[in-house]
Amino acid sequence: MRHLYTWSGILVVVFFSVVGDILIARAMKQVGDVHAIVRRSGVWTVVGRVLSNSNFFLGVTAMAVAFFSLLFALSWGDVSLVAPAAASLTFIGNAFAAKIFLHEKVDRRRWIAALLVAAGVALLAG
Amino acid sequence: MTFRKYLVLAGVTVFAAAGDSMLSHGMKQAGGISIDHLQGVVLAILNPWVAVGILLLLAFFASYMNALSWADLTYVLPATSLGYVLLALVAKFALHEQVSPMRWLGIALISGGVGFVAGGPALTAHHHEVSPKDPLLPKPGRSGAPEHASAASTGAES
Repeated sequence: MRHLYTWSGILVVVFFSVVGDILIARAMKQVGDVHAIVRRSGVWTVVGRVLSNSNFFLGVTAMAVAFFSLLFALSWGDVSLVAPAAASLTFIGNAFAAKIFLHEKVDRRRWIAALLVAAGVALLAG
Repeated sequence: MTFRKYLVLAGVTVFAAAGDSMLSHGMKQAGGISIDHLQGVVLAILNPWVAVGILLLLAFFASYMNALSWADLTYVLPATSLGYVLLALVAKFALHEQVSPMRWLGIALISGGVGFVAGGPALTAHHHEVSPKDPLLPKPGRSGAPEHASAASTGAES
């Protein structure tokens, strides 16, 4: 029963982390290349564009929810399981979500990278 | 990829690692925080390590968003994971902590993964809600490596 709590906590953390990352990534693609905008119309144009983007605020909210659910999950399960499991599953989840929702071309190169990084993070944090 | 963009990716890595370690050092000094004593959060911010850690994590978030404005999420994320490698190296060579063989294997896997992604294009998809007539939009393939640019743009224009 405790296992079930821990793993559902981990899945909630992963879900909101992925949603947050996807929304922030989408917001910044809508804002446009920051370097080009700063060169042409200054840094305040970037700030204005980011602050008027609703995906940005939704993304930050999702990341905050992910952070607090991580705190809850940590109180249910061991740090040595929850932290690396959440971090490494977020990498895999982001690769799927970036392909589906951001239309990124996740080729074999990037799949291998996502799997290697996820495995590495699990080993490092474990 | 310009030198400036490599600097941003380096910033993502370094700020995340430095911010996390300062925050963790400071929180250990400040003591634990429980749900019943939420005022402990406010007191923790007064700890200089925690305050600098938070500033560094803000810098991390700014460079992370900067990177996402011209590169794919699946390109930027492995760059952030290099921060874990950096932390382990700092633990080994600056703090003289013991790094187990399992951790060295983890470092090798992450570095390998980053190497795989770094060899490919940085940007493969323009978001469909962005108007192609937007004068601020980067030219297609400008951020990608030249040999991948054509393949990348055909896959992206859906």
